[in-house]
Amino acid sequence: MIQHDVVIVGAGLAGMRCALEACKELDVAVLTKVYPSRSHSGAAQGGIAASLGNSEPDSWEEHMFDTVKGGDFLNDQDAVEEYVKAAPRIIYELEHMGCVFSRTPEGKIAQRSFGGHSKPRACFSADRTGHAILHALHEQLMKNSRSVKIYNEWYMHSLVIDGDQCNGVIVSNIQTGEVEVIRAKAVVFCTGGYGRVFKITSNAFASTADGVMAAFEVGIPLEDPEFVQFHPSGLYRQGILFSEAARGEGAYLLNDKGERFMETYAPSRMELAPRDIVARAEQSEMDAGRGINGEDCIHLDLRHLGEARIMERLPQIRQLAIDFLGIDCVTDPLPIQPTAHYSMGGIPVDNNCHVILDSEGTKMHGFFAAGECACVSVHGGNRLGTNSLLDAVVFGERAGKSVLEYARGRDFGNVNEGQEKARVLEKFEDIFQREGSESYNQIRDEMKEIMMSHCGVFRDEQRLKTCIETLKGLQERFKKGKVTDKGKLFNTEIYEIMELGNMLGMAVIIATAALERRESRGGHYRTDFPKRDDKKFLYHSMVYDSPDGLVIKTKPVVITKYQPAERTY
Amino acid sequence: MATFRIKRFNPEKQPEPYFEEFQLDIPDGATLLDCMNQIKWTLDGSLSYRMSCRSAICGSCAVKSNGHALLACQRQAEHLVDNNDTITLEPLGNMKPVKDLVVDFTPFWDKVNKIKPYLEPKEEPPVKERRQSQEEFLVIDDASTCIMCGACYSDCNTLEVDDNFLGPAALAKAQRFVGDSRDSKTLQRVQDLSEPGGIWDCTHCAECVERCPKPARPFDRIKEIMTVALEEGVHNNNGARHALSFTNSVKRSGNLNENRIPVESMGIFNIPGLLSLIPVGLRMLLKGKVPPILHHSIEEVRDVKRIFKELDQ
Ligand SMILES: Cc1cc2nc3c(=O)[nH]c(=O)nc-3n(C[C@H](O)[C@H](O)[C@H](O)COP(=O)(O)OP(=O)(O)OC[C@H]3O[C@@H](n4cnc5c(N)ncnc54)[C@H](O)[C@@H]3O)c2cc1C
Ligand code: SF4
Ligand code: SF4
Ligand code: FES
Repeated sequence: MIQHDVVIVGAGLAGMRCALEACKELDVAVLTKVYPSRSHSGAAQGGIAASLGNSEPDSWEEHMFDTVKGGDFLNDQDAVEEYVKAAPRIIYELEHMGCVFSRTPEGKIAQRSFGGHSKPRACFSADRTGHAILHALHEQLMKNSRSVKIYNEWYMHSLVIDGDQCNGVIVSNIQTGEVEVIRAKAVVFCTGGYGRVFKITSNAFASTADGVMAAFEVGIPLEDPEFVQFHPSGLYRQGILFSEAARGEGAYLLNDKGERFMETYAPSRMELAPRDIVARAEQSEMDAGRGINGEDCIHLDLRHLGEARIMERLPQIRQLAIDFLGIDCVTDPLPIQPTAHYSMGGIPVDNNCHVILDSEGTKMHGFFAAGECACVSVHGGNRLGTNSLLDAVVFGERAGKSVLEYARGRDFGNVNEGQEKARVLEKFEDIFQREGSESYNQIRDEMKEIMMSHCGVFRDEQRLKTCIETLKGLQERFKKGKVTDKGKLFNTEIYEIMELGNMLGMAVIIATAALERRESRGGHYRTDFPKRDDKKFLYHSMVYDSPDGLVIKTKPVVITKYQPAERTY
Repeated sequence: MATFRIKRFNPEKQPEPYFEEFQLDIPDGATLLDCMNQIKWTLDGSLSYRMSCRSAICGSCAVKSNGHALLACQRQAEHLVDNNDTITLEPLGNMKPVKDLVVDFTPFWDKVNKIKPYLEPKEEPPVKERRQSQEEFLVIDDASTCIMCGACYSDCNTLEVDDNFLGPAALAKAQRFVGDSRDSKTLQRVQDLSEPGGIWDCTHCAECVERCPKPARPFDRIKEIMTVALEEGVHNNNGARHALSFTNSVKRSGNLNENRIPVESMGIFNIPGLLSLIPVGLRMLLKGKVPPILHHSIEEVRDVKRIFKELDQ
């Protein structure tokens, strides 16, 4: 049995920042199904928020207010306060580690405007901010390679739980197919989001809900899963993100008639209104037949910015559109559509990243979570752009500190290696034994399709019920699909099948919570209940598993500074 | 209908790799990765390759297509079909295949680790950010775009014959620190990078620049490190010494017109000629223009190996 003081699952911004903290005193393992530098954090283009005030005076209070308002008042404000206060220090520390940032004329970290933020507070590195931070953290891990062991291309299957105590994880080496148990005093999940359940998504193939479902399977609830953010600028059909930085730099959104339609929906902020509002405006235009050529897309127009500015500020995303659509945004407008982008919900944690089991804050000892897979909740019903990289780094660090505190001087728990291993070996065996004829691709496509059309930008009771029924049918069919590769060596098919199993489970959870929330708030929009309803629904959903199916309980929202008010832009 | 000729390898089943052909209608606007997925998901689930972001930023999906390394997710498949409507896919070169298109990246990362890939700051940091001008940022901007995809490493001519060579990606990464105004170890770095296996072992074929999907362009970065090494007075190694004496002699005689240097016709079996490639590149570099010097992959690997041996003596 492998043994480490702490096992961190996930090597995006959250996982690596956590490791750097925990390795100061502990023996740390970081386990990731893709190489750290290939984690999805690297895809983040636009920026990371902090009220540095480098281009205009700014304050943490304003950052906090924007975040809470953007989140449609579902954020836990005590957590938001700590988070925005920590932001400047966190950014300076990244700079000290060597992270490469674009600079102001005085040599300070440059900052630009971003949707939903009232001040230019997005720190950036050209248009590859996530990439710059991811590599800076990876560099620090390589520097600390004596105290951090990285398990590259290992897959986490399941948690080892003893009562209310987490004692490790069950994993397998993708390259060899060997299953192993890693015993640890504490486990931290930093497994990222699960946008892959939707047909059109900006998320990487690796963003598949493994972490959240592994938690859910051992009895941990999931908080606010119905809140999924749809980003307004996914490249048409591909869903690949065309950064909001484009709109930050002044790009226009146009419908088929060439109108800047945001005038109708958010006259004061126009294209820079928060994502959920822009995404719904686009969907409304498309539903009303004003999509480009009547299709499911509208235009993002950058032409008036000029080539020089585009090349200086947005070179990589210009190239992206050339490669993936064959369109140059210097000379032509780009067809875009809403794309599933960010998961506001996740594994419930307290402000110190310790995983909790209920609204009383009862802890699952030795189990922590940070980053997109966790729900603190600093984003409430809708996350503002550039706030999630910040979330990953702030709470990554915090999880590291908490785990250090927790594991210091503690003993390892008891683990029955054989028994734990057998659970996962059975899973493999079960899949290898399947003799079905239906392709898993078919099942996956149907799941993605129904989630997009019935549980996407606009939702209603009828659609959600159909969605859940369809998903349950898919879960049955999933049990007897066709398996081609029964080998052990770098068998990517079997991992895709396991990921699909996780995604199907997650999809049902999202749709069920969406059905229960009969109001519209942040990223969750019910056409049959188009208003926010604070009397009935100002709470966090907590979805539990039970023998009779999913059960939804509630958890109060922490409100300190800002009373819920109508959210207009 | 296009043919995808894919190199298959599964040592669990068969020790030798072989080619397998798949027929596929390339959907409109599909990238090469889209097609690979189509093949995996509808024709043969056992095909293995890496992928994640599908937006050319994670560096997972590099493969060899028609003999050259590229990012599968970054290319429109239609643009890759050859005259026979075929796309030939193989795993990256210079790394050991694991299964099908998956190779073992261990040596690649080991070499990245060797160049001390982290900032060694000058002093205790201030409370806020360290200042760095936009110009200083631009010196490391290109190198920092590297996504560690290994495309350059796969097609590097020196690596084909010399395992010890650090390789283009690690050297590009090294420039990111050599050029960083916040780093304190510039001299130490260029000294280390001038050791055997370092910058002076690059044969200037510029293949890595052709293959790099990002502005990282390793050979350009290698030249920048060479310049810094010479500026820092790191002459005490064969590569640099030779380079310097050559430039000096050129300066003295003053009549060596670059257009008259018959680099290509010199032939790769002419050892003094091969050696002189280094100074030629350097001289052009110092003049601020950098034409690709010796192009085209070297086919007679064995002969080149022999040359390297002789050079070593
Ligand atoms: C295209 C795009 C652009 C974005 N741009 C911005 C932006 O400009 N600003 C901003 O603030 N936010 C942005 N975001 C959001 C932000 O990037 C993410 O929320 C954040 O990076 C999440 O970081 P993370 O560390 O939680 O997870 P990730 O970076 O997603 O890392 C997840 C890790 O978990 C590992 N993992 C998952 N499952 C398993 C398993 N079963 N076994 C082993 N390992 C596993 C993966 O290998 C990976 O290392 C963007 C998101 C996308 C999709
Ligand atoms: S230029 Fe140098 S590093 Fe680049 S491929 Fe050629 S030999 Fe390798
Ligand atoms: S230098 Fe270019 S080709 Fe080489 S690993 Fe980096 S991005 Fe890939
Ligand atoms: S899949 Fe990430 S670079 Fe191609």
